[in-house]
Amino acid sequence: MRIELDFLAVLAQWPLLVTGVFWTLGLTAISAVIGLAIGTLCAWGRNSGPTWLRWVVGTYVELIRNTPFIVQLFFVFFGLPAAGVKLTPELASVIAMVVNLGAYSAEIVRAGIDATPKGQLEAAASLALSRTQTFLHVVLPPALKKVWPALTSQIIIVMLGSAVCGQISTEELSYAANLIQSRNFRAFEAFIIATAIYLLLSISVRALLNWLGPRYLFGGRR
Amino acid sequence: MVDFTLWDIVRNLLLAARWTIALSLIAFIGGGLVGLLLLVARTARWPLAEPLVAGYVQLFQGTPLLMQLFLAYFGLALFGIDTSAWTAAAVALTLYTSAFLVEIWRGCVAAVPRGQWEAAQSLALSFSEQLRYVVLPQATRIAIAPTVGFLVQVVKGTALASVIGFVELTKAGTMITNATFQPFLVYGCVALMYFALCFPVSLYARRLERKLHVAG
Repeated sequence: MRIELDFLAVLAQWPLLVTGVFWTLGLTAISAVIGLAIGTLCAWGRNSGPTWLRWVVGTYVELIRNTPFIVQLFFVFFGLPAAGVKLTPELASVIAMVVNLGAYSAEIVRAGIDATPKGQLEAAASLALSRTQTFLHVVLPPALKKVWPALTSQIIIVMLGSAVCGQISTEELSYAANLIQSRNFRAFEAFIIATAIYLLLSISVRALLNWLGPRYLFGGRR
Repeated sequence: MVDFTLWDIVRNLLLAARWTIALSLIAFIGGGLVGLLLLVARTARWPLAEPLVAGYVQLFQGTPLLMQLFLAYFGLALFGIDTSAWTAAAVALTLYTSAFLVEIWRGCVAAVPRGQWEAAQSLALSFSEQLRYVVLPQATRIAIAPTVGFLVQVVKGTALASVIGFVELTKAGTMITNATFQPFLVYGCVALMYFALCFPVSLYARRLERKLHVAG
């Protein structure tokens, strides 16, 4: 038995792959920014909000963390229109990814906030900082710094998870691979190449975030 | 046209949930065995084991599970093996699970103090005896909580098998949606069933973790 692999037939369709990579990275970037913001708000809400807010955030976090991303995506894309909210595939993908990352990062950021030494809070209080100031300037930066590796991993998990968004015809990388294999029937080669690109992306996104975090998010400024 | 009552929807989803559970167990047990093998190879410092296992882990953790499923589905067929969605899903999820478990367990073995190895050595235990009687029992105690926690990720991972046509909970949801045109209700039920499967496991993992910290 001979196996013939024709990678060139797949690579010849490189414009599709490039578009796919842009969509994957774009979706990831948008959901990372909004997702982290929501996660931080939720972490704050679950730690120091009123009881009803803690309850709401707790339910949100547990519901998302204990259901598969693909079901969340289908619920947003197929379920919400039935309830009267019409969404494009791209918008549905972003919403699902943001909601997903928000829940996971809430737990991660909360772990960082919980690790704040009590003396820091007392020092902030003795400087007459308000609660918001204390949170933004004293608690949050070191907390983010502590959990940044975990957040980086979570962002990469969400990026890899976005491969599912191709199922609702968002034109990201896995969608491109599917499209190529439906044109030239080189399924195995198309998915090998897409997988290799994903591996490259996750390695470089990790490197980028490791560089970005300390520089712009929690280091340097103070 | 057949009318679906809520009970019809729930009943059919519950029937499909059996396959989600079956696939999760296969992946978890298979992944556990492969993971253990890789762990031993790495701990025993077999030649090249270290970089190979590290590469294996990077490969499976750095690529989407969906792509791994597609590769198993089309790749096995390429080697002349008659692939059903069952085989492809079982193979891909087993390998995926093993890559995560070997990484979790490596940390647990590393957490056993160096002195324990040395003490076992000084008692003239062979490598396999050191591992079997001294290190693994201690590492297992640390490993249980994160391993149970990872089971949740395996259950959620099986949802992706729906994409290659394996009829489990998610795929059943899609099929029922196509018949009833009630996506909001059906996917809501699907999500709640996953929640009912995963949440108790999450809680149990958390309790184990707390217990370990108290005892530790």
